Amino acid sequence: MAAFEQTLSELLDLAAKHFEVDRASLDPDQDFFKALEIDSLKALDLLTRLETHFRVELPDYEMQGVTDFRTLAERIHARL
Amino acid sequence: MPDLARHASLQSALRAAFDARPDALALIEAHRDRDHARCPCGGVRSAALACAGWLQERDARRVAIVLTNQSKWHVAAAAALWIGAEIVPLDPKLTPGEHAALLAHAKADVLVTEFFLWRDRAFAGHAAVVEAPPNADLRGATRWEEARGGEPRFVERGRDDVACIVYSSGTGGRPKGCRMTHGNYLSQCAALLRHHSFDPGDTYLSILPTNHAIDFMVGFLGPYVCGATVVHLRTLRPEFVRDAFTRYRIAYCALVPMILTSLADGIRAKLAAVGGAKGVLLKALRGLTRLACRSRPRPAVGRLLLGPVHGGFGGRLKALFVGGAFSDPDTLRFFRDLGIPVANGYGLTEAGTVVTLNTFDAYRPDTVGRPLEGTEVRIHEAGPDGVGEVVVRGPTVMKGYLDDPALTAETIRDGWLHTGDLGRLLPTGHLVLLGRKKNMIVTAGGKNVYPEDIENVFEGLPAKEFCVFAEHYLWKGGADRLVVVVRPDGRDFVDDLRRRNRGLPDFKRVAAFLSWERDFPRTASLKVKRNDLAAEIGEAGSGGLREL
Repeated sequence: MAAFEQTLSELLDLAAKHFEVDRASLDPDQDFFKALEIDSLKALDLLTRLETHFRVELPDYEMQGVTDFRTLAERIHARL
Repeated sequence: MPDLARHASLQSALRAAFDARPDALALIEAHRDRDHARCPCGGVRSAALACAGWLQERDARRVAIVLTNQSKWHVAAAAALWIGAEIVPLDPKLTPGEHAALLAHAKADVLVTEFFLWRDRAFAGHAAVVEAPPNADLRGATRWEEARGGEPRFVERGRDDVACIVYSSGTGGRPKGCRMTHGNYLSQCAALLRHHSFDPGDTYLSILPTNHAIDFMVGFLGPYVCGATVVHLRTLRPEFVRDAFTRYRIAYCALVPMILTSLADGIRAKLAAVGGAKGVLLKALRGLTRLACRSRPRPAVGRLLLGPVHGGFGGRLKALFVGGAFSDPDTLRFFRDLGIPVANGYGLTEAGTVVTLNTFDAYRPDTVGRPLEGTEVRIHEAGPDGVGEVVVRGPTVMKGYLDDPALTAETIRDGWLHTGDLGRLLPTGHLVLLGRKKNMIVTAGGKNVYPEDIENVFEGLPAKEFCVFAEHYLWKGGADRLVVVVRPDGRDFVDDLRRRNRGLPDFKRVAAFLSWERDFPRTASLKVKRNDLAAEIGEAGSGGLREL
């Protein structure tokens, strides 16, 4: 199993690429709705991308109550 | 159509339905783009009775159900009803603190919930946890699979007994638990089925969780008593929703306006992409369909002329229900002109699911339709323009708020439920809804202006989301004028805002705007929680307010 930091880093890479924002501008503890300028439906789209990348299934509810990259990475990491 | 008048309770209606068609396919649990499980009526009955036995052994009186959109909601609800217990359906999207407060307020003694929620929640009573991974520490709770008991005793209730305690959404302050009776639900179900009956074999696509009143009615009670099938989809991702419509040839689906708008955008984009000779033909066909659908949506015409558009909905659609918030008349017209039947309505927790419904025999997209049979709607203290508070009387009005006689007396006066919503009745009986009473301004010229009414004009603003408020609703001592709160998407929205604003009559213009970076709080049905948003903004202060 990869280290958590690795998961977090890959998540940030993917988010930056998919939503075309500068990777260096993203901070793990940032509100990703704000950082990526996305709404809740677009956040589900990000979840789909993350599933493909990590080859893991992420139910919609994993997004519930989550607003920062770190917590999202924790939820993904727990499923790897 | 089933005869619901002969039943005194929901459990009696459900039992009759289970017995009538044990082999009929009742549930499909759709896992994204494939079936996860299928269950006939008889299977739902067995599962519910096993759970009912467990509940009865624990002397359950009030069973709280906190589940996302899935079939175990049905099983748990049928089980609770079977033993005569009351159901407390809660929105799974609430925070742990909100859940704790409502569970305590309702005095629930059993909780049925999902593992992902249970992880950070606590409950003093018995809890049954759905979908717990093997070896997970459930902290004293019972695994759903093990929440099984002996043969339960069927406990009948009467029409005036409470079936559910439903918390009305968007309440920032004191919890308001509406005591809904068996009679409320049976009357509502019968009135709805008169317009939208399920034929055996019809499929209902459930994407809203069943704590949502409309899903409880058309995604739980209605399908069982008619012998229809409910397809539960646990994701709102558009690709899977679209796929479910065609895969299961859906007859009915209940949506919220936000999802309806996103469907409309998807169709618009597809239509716009058709170019050349095909584009010209399409335009002509749309014109013909529009002509045929002037007075009402005609799916048969739409299917004939605009096959691919209708094919995207599975080709068997009878109606999309939309309610729970203000639907945009242009979106309703857009669907009507394509022959896609969208039945919008108006309802509030306190008055059951639906008070008025836009029926296809007298379709008016600029209204929320006419009162359902048995329900009376009046305008209380109407002004010269006919506008006043909407009041409702009828068999679907709740019994009152739980443990709050003062609030009940304030809300139900002489048998009339005061909704707090403002509206006007047309001579045809259609209700035009104008907004919430407390979120309203009275201009210097004595005109009432409703922020919800203005929002339609700002639809399409280059921003993520926006919401119009009376300034005094946000900040105590705020002026009697309108402000728009905008969550920017990086584009410049101010010029566009000014231009749209200028198009409004002067007394309806927005005076100032506030850029707001946080995601608007929304209910499970994606309706903006105005109260909560207003409270957040109120706390942040009015420093960022800019004059327009």
